Amino acid sequence: MLRWLIGGGREPQGLAEKSPLQTIGEEQTQNPYTELLVLKAHHDIVRFLVRLDEYRFASAGDDGIVVVWNAQTGEKLLELNGHTQKITALITFPSLEACEEKNQLILTASADRTVILWDCDTGRQVQKVSCFQSTVKCLIVLQRLDVWLSGGNDLCVWNQKLDLLCKTSHLSDTGISALIEIPKNCVVAAVGKELIIFQLVAPTEESLEWDILEIKRLLDHQDHILSLVNVNDVSFVTGSHVGEMIIWDILDWTVQACECNFWDPSPQLDTQQEIKLCQKPNDISIHHFTWDEENVFAAVGRGLYVYNLQMKRVIACQKSAHDSNVLHIAKLPNRQLISCSEDGSVRIWELREKQQLAAEPVPTGFFNMWGFGRVNKQASQPVKKQQENAPPCSLELIGDLIGHSSSVEMFLYFEDHGLVTCSADHLIILWKNGERESGLRSLKLFQKLEEDGDLYLAV
Amino acid sequence: MISAPDVVAFTKEEEYEEEPYNEPALPEEYSVPLFPFSSQGANPWSKLSGAKFSRDFILISEFSEQVGPQPLLTIPNDTKVFGTFDLNYFSLRIMSVDYQASFVGHPPGSAYPKLNFVEDSKVVLGDSKEGAFAYVHHLTLYDLEARGFVRPFCMAYISADQHKIMQQFQELSAEFSKASECLKTGNRKAFAGELEKKLKDLDYTRTVLHTETEIQKKANDKGFYSSQAIEKANELASVEKSIIEHQDLLKQIRSYPHRKLKGSALCCGETEHTQDQTSQAATTSNPDESADTDLYTCRPAYTPKLIKAKSTKCFDKKLKTLEELCDTEYFTQTLAQLSHIEHMFRGDLCYLLTSQIDRALLKQQHITNFLFEDFVEVAEKQESAPPKPGPGRPPSRSLEECPIPQVLISVGSYKSSVESVPIKMEQELGDEEYKEADVAEMSSFDPQENLDYLDMDMKGSISSGESIEVLGTEKSTAVLPKSDSQASLTVPLSPQVVRSKAVSHRTISEDSIEVLSTCPSEALIPEDFKASYPSAINEEESYADDSEGAIHFQASVSAPELGEAEEGGLETPPSQIDSSCCIGKESDSLRVRLSTPAHTPSDQDGVVSIPPQRYRQKDQGFHVDFAVENASPLRDSSSEGFPADELDPSRLLASRDVSKTSLDNYSDSASNMSSLASTSSDRTPPSAHPTGPSSERHKKRAGQNALKFIRQYPFAHPAIYSLLSGRTLVVLGEDEAIVRKLVTALSIFVPNHSRYAKPVKHWVSSPLHITDFQRWKLIGLQRVAAPAGAGPLHALSRYSRYTSVLDLDNKALRCPLYRGALVPRLADHRTQIKRGSTYYLHVQSTLAQLCSKAFLYTFCHHLHLPAHDKETEEVVAGRQASFLKLTLGLVNEDVKVVQYLAELLKLRYVQDTPGTGHPMLRFDYVPSFLYKI
Repeated sequence: MLRWLIGGGREPQGLAEKSPLQTIGEEQTQNPYTELLVLKAHHDIVRFLVRLDEYRFASAGDDGIVVVWNAQTGEKLLELNGHTQKITALITFPSLEACEEKNQLILTASADRTVILWDCDTGRQVQKVSCFQSTVKCLIVLQRLDVWLSGGNDLCVWNQKLDLLCKTSHLSDTGISALIEIPKNCVVAAVGKELIIFQLVAPTEESLEWDILEIKRLLDHQDHILSLVNVNDVSFVTGSHVGEMIIWDILDWTVQACECNFWDPSPQLDTQQEIKLCQKPNDISIHHFTWDEENVFAAVGRGLYVYNLQMKRVIACQKSAHDSNVLHIAKLPNRQLISCSEDGSVRIWELREKQQLAAEPVPTGFFNMWGFGRVNKQASQPVKKQQENAPPCSLELIGDLIGHSSSVEMFLYFEDHGLVTCSADHLIILWKNGERESGLRSLKLFQKLEEDGDLYLAV
Repeated sequence: MISAPDVVAFTKEEEYEEEPYNEPALPEEYSVPLFPFSSQGANPWSKLSGAKFSRDFILISEFSEQVGPQPLLTIPNDTKVFGTFDLNYFSLRIMSVDYQASFVGHPPGSAYPKLNFVEDSKVVLGDSKEGAFAYVHHLTLYDLEARGFVRPFCMAYISADQHKIMQQFQELSAEFSKASECLKTGNRKAFAGELEKKLKDLDYTRTVLHTETEIQKKANDKGFYSSQAIEKANELASVEKSIIEHQDLLKQIRSYPHRKLKGSALCCGETEHTQDQTSQAATTSNPDESADTDLYTCRPAYTPKLIKAKSTKCFDKKLKTLEELCDTEYFTQTLAQLSHIEHMFRGDLCYLLTSQIDRALLKQQHITNFLFEDFVEVAEKQESAPPKPGPGRPPSRSLEECPIPQVLISVGSYKSSVESVPIKMEQELGDEEYKEADVAEMSSFDPQENLDYLDMDMKGSISSGESIEVLGTEKSTAVLPKSDSQASLTVPLSPQVVRSKAVSHRTISEDSIEVLSTCPSEALIPEDFKASYPSAINEEESYADDSEGAIHFQASVSAPELGEAEEGGLETPPSQIDSSCCIGKESDSLRVRLSTPAHTPSDQDGVVSIPPQRYRQKDQGFHVDFAVENASPLRDSSSEGFPADELDPSRLLASRDVSKTSLDNYSDSASNMSSLASTSSDRTPPSAHPTGPSSERHKKRAGQNALKFIRQYPFAHPAIYSLLSGRTLVVLGEDEAIVRKLVTALSIFVPNHSRYAKPVKHWVSSPLHITDFQRWKLIGLQRVAAPAGAGPLHALSRYSRYTSVLDLDNKALRCPLYRGALVPRLADHRTQIKRGSTYYLHVQSTLAQLCSKAFLYTFCHHLHLPAHDKETEEVVAGRQASFLKLTLGLVNEDVKVVQYLAELLKLRYVQDTPGTGHPMLRFDYVPSFLYKI
């Protein structure tokens, strides 16, 4: 596009080379985000975004501050200073039932080995816990039991008043990377390659103490577990560094399904094998999952995969959805999928039923055959072995959002206000539907006119 | 800026001499008389050629009780400015016409010395010998050591152009009032301090005397008082009396109405309005004890001093300087204000008027004017002469308050001068004449009658060699009821006026000084007040006999008019017209004409033109003006039924001169911006228009370069479209100077987000970020050789969807397609406009039109919101589209321009505090195209 600008060089070929990466031109009629607002408050990588209510969200990152924003106006509402090191976990905290003021609270954990409870309406630091032996990497609130858990090198159980109820022994030096709640008062913790199931014992007549018991260790993964999510009432899913995705039964913790090679490069041509070797191993690591009733969406390396729970197979994939690893994905109600990546872009996809099988959406092999391969880029995937097994759906790129100059860590979708993205370039960008914003501004304008008594409606 | 390009198209900055002047011969009656100073090789349009000074300046003089009238200082303080002009002589002249200070006396029965809170008097006078005309602002400052506690001063704005003084009278008066108020405030402060010290001294003296008396009493047991004791007792009594007097003085000075102070700081109009109520309370004359108080020598000291009974002769002492009289801080502030005035009134009258009209009209558009205008709002607020329109006012009515009417004030003043100011005339005429004037006002104005007055006027000036010839006072306009004839006084500048300028350097009386107008700021004392304030009665009683005129000098034309405009303007335009007499009405009729250039959409060929209009009414008021000017009834007939397009030659002449002189002025304006201006406090912003954010010269250059760009690059249209639609244009190049130049030129097309900063970055060499596109809409970017994948160019290609890129080195442009009709009109490469400033004005006027379209679009309710509940969004969208297309006549991409401007308008209107808040980055997903030469 800007070939004339940059002049000669390899960029012209780059365009052709990029063909494996699906691109969309400047004309994106379906992309609703035509307005953006850059929010600047952080001084380091912004890693976490959490929605507080209809119009507010909080952001946190490596600079140790938490900022509360208005998602509608982009106004910075509060800045919460308390942590001295980067923030490692951020979670909304349900306010106490007894408490009269229903202020929105959040819990933050930081590398300074503290956890702070904040009041997001006043900016007050409600309470601070600093008796941790290690950095807390994940937080989970079990509302049923009115407790919350912090996972570091060990797992601690706390009550609403931030009293330590009980804790496990030292689990591992790598610490717990993810925690989810499953039925029967159990939690699943991902520790390295293992999944450990703990059961919480609430106080009873016999013992007034809380207790936490290790029930089971699941050792099916070959590599570090990077992602762990509850999918529905019957299963949860884990993903590992080498691309294994295992769907577990939520009650008996057995493997329901395992996919570990559908994105794994299967036997290939020799020329491409070379290229394969050049790939970074994390190219197939599963960074994030999202799900809906039917499907699990997985961010695998640079690609996106849609796994149907009923059919137990991948129904759609986009092997190189981004230039670099996909970090976060989310499913929107309208069959749209949003993904953000280390390459600094956010892409909007739509899951479409394929009209005919003939339209094979993997054109990449064609280019590879002609030897357009680029060494430093991932080469295209080989043509599917089994054409008959071609996915019945496809992910169509309907728009991309380019704004960040560095990796986009996370995003947050507001039905009414648009999309919030945070990035390693210290910025948060608020992407809005320009047309709707324009309408809202008009509404506001006429409201103000009416307030001032300047509105004359024609008879 | 709203200007009529076909008028300004005649603007010549330079080399107008080379222009072949091939206009058809004018009819005899329109021909311009030979310029009397042509032999000197002077520019015939220059008003200055007859004068001994090179340009207008401000003179401060004092009537010193020791040496008489003397000049104190001039602004600018540069001998080159006033040249050979005799300041001493002129000081004598201007100080001798202070009507206010002339009455000295005291109300009978007043026990204590009374301070005289004298209102400033404002006089216009001319000295035909010197070729100088001056607006003279008399004021008195208090000095405990001075005779009667008062020291008369005056500030004079001296110009060679009589019309400038007359037509800018309101503005001059308002501005000088501010300066005067500043001086007087400082003076009151200093005076109060002086009094306090004096009181301490007296108190101490009394104690000393008292103890001495006691001692004497004790020593004296003979039963009778020695002469020494009596003397002491007398002395003590006199000190006691003096203490009471001084305490009284202190009370008086401190009781100076504060409302007045505030009012003057905020808005002059308001001040004058309140003055008529407040001022009379304090106005008294000096008591006879003033001589007594002179006896005491006050030496300001914190430790009390003994005051000797006998004082030294007052002629021995050194009088305080002006700076000492006022607080130093206030003095510097005043000087700053004066130099602000000097800047403000620089240049030709025509230029001043045009820019005043321009600004007044702009002010009407307070919702949209931030988009492309770059004037400073703060400065606008300072200029209180035209009152600010209320936000809720329907636009049609607010035009009444534009300052054009004030241009015409001179008409009224000429007229009034003839009616009722018999300074040197026979006294008995005064009353009679006044009544006649009244009659004349009730019926329509009779020119014949007027001519009679004229004759008298002329007689007066011819007959007396040393006489003061009063040509006009402002006073009577306030009492003039409305008359039909005045409704037609709608010629802001006509050939006659211009012509009469040339002949106005008359030599009727060799040595005469002509008082052209006075406008004492004190308004007519209402009957109620006369009753309730004895001092006012005193004043009237003592002077009513002397001259009828004296009391009328108290009348101010501006007080009711401005006051009403401020307060009642919203509700009662008719009464406003009534009370403000011709002013209101003139504006009424003016509105018709003015609205034409301001609001008619331009022709399709891209040049805004004012269709010629005829004045339907006979211009009788105008005759008066004219007749006074030229003293020749013959010309009367020629000025009837003037077609409006006849105005053009006059404008041509005037504007030529404007541009010439103004440019000359601006060239040194930077150096003339004295240090005083920079030290000026926040209440006096450095000059309002000549050296604004972008000076005339700057505009001219920008216009010139923009014109060059349009001619040079065939793809100028899409580039300008990018700017107008809010898509950031990056100008890429290696040479900083070239890039900067083009960025400056193109910045005239960039809509502002707020009033405070233009979203333009002239030169940047670091890679651009998304925030840059949010903040800047026009960026000059350095082309640096960098490895691919890094550097500015990479960032540029990454963010290509937000930008249009103009590559100066490759002469290429990458930007979305443009197929509208707006930009071709704005930037026609075949345009006949040759000059930068003309083109700038053309752009501004086209953009002003665009703004009004955006305004309409933004503020039509049904275009954005459903008219009723059942209406769907599609219906609204359809209505919106058809409005844009059919009503506003926008084609293709022009819609986006208007929509973008509308968003800016909305944002600004909705924001509570304009200027803050985040500007959002709006963009479209549209393909870009590459244009290359």
